[in-house]
Amino acid sequence: MKKTTQTPPSSGASKESQMLAMVNRRFFLRSAGIAATTGAFILGACKDHDLDPDMTVDLGSGDIGILNYAYALEQLEAAYYTQVIATPYAGMSAMEMSILTDIRDHEIIHREFFKAALGSSAIPGLEVNFSSVNFNDRASVLGVAKVFEDTGVSAYNGAGKLIADAGYLLLAGKIVSVEARHAAIIRDLLNPNSADFAGDDITDSNGLDLAKSPDMVLPAVAPFITTMISGNNLPK
Amino acid sequence: MNIFKIIDEIQKVDGDAVDRLEYATRRSFLTKFSRNLSAAAVPAVMATIVNKAYAQSPAAIDVLNFALTLEYLEDEFYKMGNAASGLIPSMYQTVFRQIGKHEDQHVKFLAGALGAQAVAKPTFDFSAGGAFPNPFSNFDTFVFLSHAFEDTGVRAYKGQAGNLINDPALLEYALQIHSVEARHAAKARAILSEIRGNADIKPWITLNEGSPAQVYAGDDNTVQGGVDINGIAGKSKEAITEAFDEPLTKDEVLAIASLFIV
Repeated sequence: MKKTTQTPPSSGASKESQMLAMVNRRFFLRSAGIAATTGAFILGACKDHDLDPDMTVDLGSGDIGILNYAYALEQLEAAYYTQVIATPYAGMSAMEMSILTDIRDHEIIHREFFKAALGSSAIPGLEVNFSSVNFNDRASVLGVAKVFEDTGVSAYNGAGKLIADAGYLLLAGKIVSVEARHAAIIRDLLNPNSADFAGDDITDSNGLDLAKSPDMVLPAVAPFITTMISGNNLPK
Repeated sequence: MNIFKIIDEIQKVDGDAVDRLEYATRRSFLTKFSRNLSAAAVPAVMATIVNKAYAQSPAAIDVLNFALTLEYLEDEFYKMGNAASGLIPSMYQTVFRQIGKHEDQHVKFLAGALGAQAVAKPTFDFSAGGAFPNPFSNFDTFVFLSHAFEDTGVRAYKGQAGNLINDPALLEYALQIHSVEARHAAKARAILSEIRGNADIKPWITLNEGSPAQVYAGDDNTVQGGVDINGIAGKSKEAITEAFDEPLTKDEVLAIASLFIV
């Protein structure tokens, strides 16, 4: 089976988990009370993941690679909604402001969670590029939000089977359904009370949501990320 | 309302079930993948699929029958609701028809994969023995039950993901249903918020707020990956609990479902 050939032996996985847990505790002790770094797109590099000479960030391999993959997507989403709230589009209603602020906070929490959990294995902060978005225009902002949320859902759905550790799998499950809730409500803002919240464009004839592999997702988000990212060593 | 009856039904699994499921799964894979692949790629993919199918455990059949029981419940609920004249205001009919369509598809998908080993459809009582007297004539009650069933479904699938970790194909299918249920839940919650004029009911679950209480029990957890993240990024506990949906165990889910099973 691919799974067993691509993941460390159980003793190694267990050691890795213990290492992560230790890193987590250290991080949280150290950073308790630190305020959100909203708006800061560069979150700080770390020595284990200095940029390659060609400036490509390697997500890594195994479960760490998948967690970094999720961290990259959450960085993108958090940066996006931070900008959306910082420069609200014309005519943003109070309800829309409330929804988008909640989503921003959820994505920042996801980002900071992955950063903390990965510790010294975390990729650096990514530089984003939202030059294609008109932040003053509702349709532009919500249209890109829809793409990000649907992409996030399909990415987590596709990454599930690449995860070796059941604890990490559960964590991904806890986050993907929140991304799906975001996706549904963004879609409903664009086309209220239609079938779009769980539309036929993202569900198949078995009522299944999309699942996409990293090599489908990374090119799709590449136009929004200036930093070059490589998922070449991710589990397949 | 007999929880032991459901558990019995789910545990009616014999050794033959594994073979039947593998057969059915290989067939569904052929259908699914042959649409998307060039002819040249099919043989290699099929070899992978066959190997994956043989890795399925009897535990996977348990999970599928557990999921099928929940989908039966949701499917019948929306079939009755969508057929009830005067229940659903016209502005919301498209939404509930779309949800109902998916639940029907989920039943057919799971029952098809299980073949002869699929559990029988239980007999449902959506009034829960009179606790919800008018589920199909009172729209508020209907939406209330809808949001509770969808949130329960999300938590139920999530709780089973780990049991499918050695069955990657089935795990992916389960995740693909799981996120559709979450989309349903978000919209059902938005409608409940709207018709009740209650902005505190959000598309996402805040703390463990919500009713029935057992559907939302434990959703205020802030320990993630073994670490209490309360206070992370300077965000409120409300936001932190919204950002993570929590699982329910099979027993917790069956205790909820059993309220609606005769």
